[in-house]
Amino acid sequence: MKAHSFKHLDELESESIYVLREVAAQFERPALLFSGGKDSIVCFHLARKAFFPARVPFPLVHIDTGHNFRETLDFRDDLAKKYGVQLVVGHVQESIDSGTAIEEKGVHASRNALQTITLLETIEKHRFDCCIGGARRDEEKARAKERFFSHRDEFGQWDPKNQRPELWNLFNGKKNVGEHFRVFPISNWTEMDVWQYILKEKIEIPSLYFSHTRQCFLRSGAWYAFNPFMTLKPTEKPVEKVVRFRTIGDMTCTGAVESGAKSLEEIIQEVAATRVTERGTRMDDKRSEAAMEDRKKAGYF
Amino acid sequence: MITENHNYLDMDLLRFTTAGSVDDGKSTLIGRLLYDSKSIFEDQYEAVRESSEKRGEEYVNLALLTDGLRAEREQGITIDVAYRYFATPKRKFIIADTPGHIQYTRNMVTGASTANATIILVDSRKGIIEQTMRHAYIASLLRIPHLIVCVNKMDLVSFSEAVFDDIRKKFEALAVSLNIRDVNFIPISALLGDNIVERSTHMDWYNGPTLLYLLENLHITNDENLADARFPVQLVIRPMRNEYHDYRGYAGRISGGIFSVGDAITVLPSGLTSRIKAIEKGGAEVETAYAGESITLLTENDLDISRGDMIVKSATPSRLSQELDVMVCWLSETPLKLNGKYSIRHTTREVRGIVKEISHRININTLEKENEVEGLGLNDIGKISIRTTSPLAADSYLRNRNTGSLILIDESTHVTVGAGMIL
Repeated sequence: MKAHSFKHLDELESESIYVLREVAAQFERPALLFSGGKDSIVCFHLARKAFFPARVPFPLVHIDTGHNFRETLDFRDDLAKKYGVQLVVGHVQESIDSGTAIEEKGVHASRNALQTITLLETIEKHRFDCCIGGARRDEEKARAKERFFSHRDEFGQWDPKNQRPELWNLFNGKKNVGEHFRVFPISNWTEMDVWQYILKEKIEIPSLYFSHTRQCFLRSGAWYAFNPFMTLKPTEKPVEKVVRFRTIGDMTCTGAVESGAKSLEEIIQEVAATRVTERGTRMDDKRSEAAMEDRKKAGYF
Repeated sequence: MITENHNYLDMDLLRFTTAGSVDDGKSTLIGRLLYDSKSIFEDQYEAVRESSEKRGEEYVNLALLTDGLRAEREQGITIDVAYRYFATPKRKFIIADTPGHIQYTRNMVTGASTANATIILVDSRKGIIEQTMRHAYIASLLRIPHLIVCVNKMDLVSFSEAVFDDIRKKFEALAVSLNIRDVNFIPISALLGDNIVERSTHMDWYNGPTLLYLLENLHITNDENLADARFPVQLVIRPMRNEYHDYRGYAGRISGGIFSVGDAITVLPSGLTSRIKAIEKGGAEVETAYAGESITLLTENDLDISRGDMIVKSATPSRLSQELDVMVCWLSETPLKLNGKYSIRHTTREVRGIVKEISHRININTLEKENEVEGLGLNDIGKISIRTTSPLAADSYLRNRNTGSLILIDESTHVTVGAGMIL
């Protein structure tokens, strides 16, 4: 018998497709949380493969802070149109207008935390019983503790000390009325795996990931896009920089890195050489040592 | 650069767990592997250094890298399985870092259930202790194919060959009863980095590989069962579109063996037979597919097949059974009860089952069987008999970890309460 060597991207792909198919089989109203970032784009690509030749059997859900990059929104709309998939958008502005969310004040104001409120409202409104997310365990220390199938109580909260054991590949998506699940098909992928897979599969991604010239200002060691939603401190001055984004959140919490990487090959080279984590430019993670754990417990992505 | 990318695409993947007791240097070992393989980023290291300083600790506490939850950092213990990732040019590694305390047996079982290898740490000064045997027992129960015993803190016993040999002999004597296929022993100092990534300069008497070299070269392709072809159906794909009007594909992940176009297949439990017309992977047709691959199968004639059915090659069917003997590890504070009814998930099939007998409980420290037990409590391991409402296409766990495993689910709370290995 011919010994076959199972290449690791192949194995990761098979694992993720298995998880996505379990979602379709175990839940009645699943949805795919789609941020327009590379991880959710890879999840969507995997979903297309998982159910081919049938259409992806769940809608895309985007929680829009109102502070997103134009490039991200255009990419999102084009993708939904191209593949004929339903797009549900939850607007943080609407939560603010209806009084369920209160805007932060000051120069560091961000709508990042408010997304949780809008997300939970969107889940309730559409009665989603499972939200698929592109979070990876290598991203952040609280995420390293996540299950593939992560149970949320009726308030959308995560209880990290009391998680269901997850054995072999037997995923238990059973729940009581009002509870829901978050499922993370690419849990075991690293940033490098994602980039290599994008290259291998020739997956389209927003132009923000590639090197471009942009008006930026420096804050806490990261270059932020000069934009109407952030107030500059007197010491902060916009300057023209050649940058790209390693991760895409909204404009108020995502910093760019100086980079000349114009192609996927060059990005991979850069990722291989870098000594700083991907989320090193994410201001939302830096608010405290347990910033991610606290947000996740409340129902964040 | 192109060759480097090419190598990366060719890497395979090794999943391993680490088991150890409190203070035997497990976190230091993982920190070492990550640090020496350059998988710790500067900002991660900086954050850990700052936290250590804030807590008034003298050295940079690498355990803070793996202890991700607030409660873990506060109590200085690991509560839940944490997953860590690193890669060398040869392989990608997934570490399931599991806590070693007795009350967290359930987490060890969780981490071990998907592992190809496990590292057991032994403190050279203490030698084999009860916990070492408990970890080895769980590794053998879960059929982890490769066991690596790292005798740590060799620097504290003057790098003595005699100490190492003594521990190895004692472990080998105990391992005989545990039926472990492949055991390796390495003398290390996680703190100093001896024999982790770099070869030790203090132990010329040791001729074996370093830990990283061993992890990179463990032969794992033969660990899957490639003899008995098993395909549990996850769902049926019917596009409901004109161009695919008659398309009916069975989606799933191969749980054992190899399937090729033209193979004669049997569907269990119905017993219906057909041949494989086509195999699709991500939309592309392939001739052959192997264990571990997610595919879609198309059969020559239309059969009544749905989620929970098992497609096997007709030549190597699995046994159909409603009476199962199972080794179970109990994961819940509510004890397993005789005559208790549970939901049972086996591959993609779900049935109800009743516990007909509790034969014995294993004393996890002495490995002796305790008879006449009425129930199994949290972290208990024992042998039970289950009767199910409809038959399962089951293999013994010994032959196939995918089709020989099951979980028990509490019917009112929906929580996973038991991990079962079919005998």
